[in-house]
Amino acid sequence: MTDTFTSRPPTLIDKIIAETPGKASNLYTCIQCGTCSGSCPSGPDMDHSPRTLFAMIDSEMEEEVLTSNTPWFCVSCYYCMVRCPQEIPITDIMYTLKRMAIEAGYFREIDKDKAPEFSETFMDLVENNGRSFEMGVVMRHHLRYHPLSAVKLATGMGLKMITKGRMDFIPTKIKNLPQLKAIIKKAKELGGAA
Amino acid sequence: MKYGYYPGCSMEKNARAYHTSTLAVAKPLGIEFVEVDDWNCCGATEYIAINKIPAYALVSRNLALAADQNSSENLVAPCSACYLNLKKVDHYLQENEELRGKVDLALEAGGLSYEPGSINVQHLLETMVVDIGFDAIKAQVKKPLYNLRVAPYYGCLVPRPASMESFDDPEHPTSMDKILEVLGATVIDYPLKAQCCGGHMTQISEETALELIRRLLKNAADCEADLIATLCPMCQLNLDAYQDAVNAQFGTNYKIPIVYFTQLMGIAFDIPAEELGFGKEIVPAKPVLEKITNEAPKPKRIREKKTGLPMPIMAEEG
Repeated sequence: MTDTFTSRPPTLIDKIIAETPGKASNLYTCIQCGTCSGSCPSGPDMDHSPRTLFAMIDSEMEEEVLTSNTPWFCVSCYYCMVRCPQEIPITDIMYTLKRMAIEAGYFREIDKDKAPEFSETFMDLVENNGRSFEMGVVMRHHLRYHPLSAVKLATGMGLKMITKGRMDFIPTKIKNLPQLKAIIKKAKELGGAA
Repeated sequence: MKYGYYPGCSMEKNARAYHTSTLAVAKPLGIEFVEVDDWNCCGATEYIAINKIPAYALVSRNLALAADQNSSENLVAPCSACYLNLKKVDHYLQENEELRGKVDLALEAGGLSYEPGSINVQHLLETMVVDIGFDAIKAQVKKPLYNLRVAPYYGCLVPRPASMESFDDPEHPTSMDKILEVLGATVIDYPLKAQCCGGHMTQISEETALELIRRLLKNAADCEADLIATLCPMCQLNLDAYQDAVNAQFGTNYKIPIVYFTQLMGIAFDIPAEELGFGKEIVPAKPVLEKITNEAPKPKRIREKKTGLPMPIMAEEG
């Protein structure tokens, strides 16, 4: 595969753009203004600000980019996206980076707070029930990775949620679960590149 | 008017108050919500991070079901994340043929099909503001929310649905402000109204999330808000259920009830509080709701226009 614009072999930035829907090719036009970093609510806790990360992508620092916690700390607030003067779909690019980190096997190393596993636990439950299951996802995630906070949750906030009738003990299942599973199975076969 | 209705997983339990109050206020406004039969989870912000095509297929099943069941071309989602996912998937399917081809094949495996663009996804606030309108809402007000100081909180995804057009301003939305105004409430000019509540960060890095929640609570407290009105189950959960954790972390003592805007509409429509899901919130709203008076607050004194150039106001004048 060669790039549409330059007919050179694909670089990191090309791969990221190919994996992202929408006007992802705008990433080529990033002017490093830092509006994204200035707009980011979780920026202070990220390893690299979004602007830095885009400079790193441009510099082919693949391993550093894919092991950065930055995409995992994106809260999907879309502020950067509506403010970016180059209309780069930044939030969507963050999702692509998460997927690429998982595919490259790097995500086990981004163990700061086990963000990838949270997403996996969540989706595991959705694939098996058709609906999300808050108590299940929270308890399974915390018991596995933060046992102490699981205890805190169960006795504090979780208890309040239960007494207020806002948490279920058992997951709700959809009726036509085989249909959903067939769709997901097929989608996973097709799921690589798009 | 008939609408397809996609409640989403939160509405089933955690945000039940939003669900019941939505249905309660729909009736007097002449809205009939027909729930999509056998809908599945939209994947929230998690699935797309794991696997792309399955994430699109997951959401597309809902769009296909909504189109098949044919109750209306409009599909209303009261949850911000569900709204964004449904709208975004429909948008990208229309835009990207390769993606659409793969999603078509996946749906086919489940005996379904979907023509992108055939469903018009709306957030509940959009339905209220654009379709129903402020006049029709005002016409239903029987018990105005006089003297209740409300901070309208929009969060992220309704004003900023990715790169798609929103019905409101992405940074300074005002549509919920106007609804609350016609309900008779004193609406606060809430500076952080479109800032992030932290989303799922409470599970990833609690410290990051608590700081974001603290900012929102402090800003509302600084504006002397009696309560915060929200339009999203995630925002409500974070601001309400984590308020104690914020107080413990920062040594604050916030006790700001977080309610859904539909619950406030219900009170103004004189629907009994128990039919609106009150009592489910962790920080109780009841003491604050007792502040509502029968008389409208006196209009603010408007300073007489002085002729000439604008000059600083001297102490003896003030």
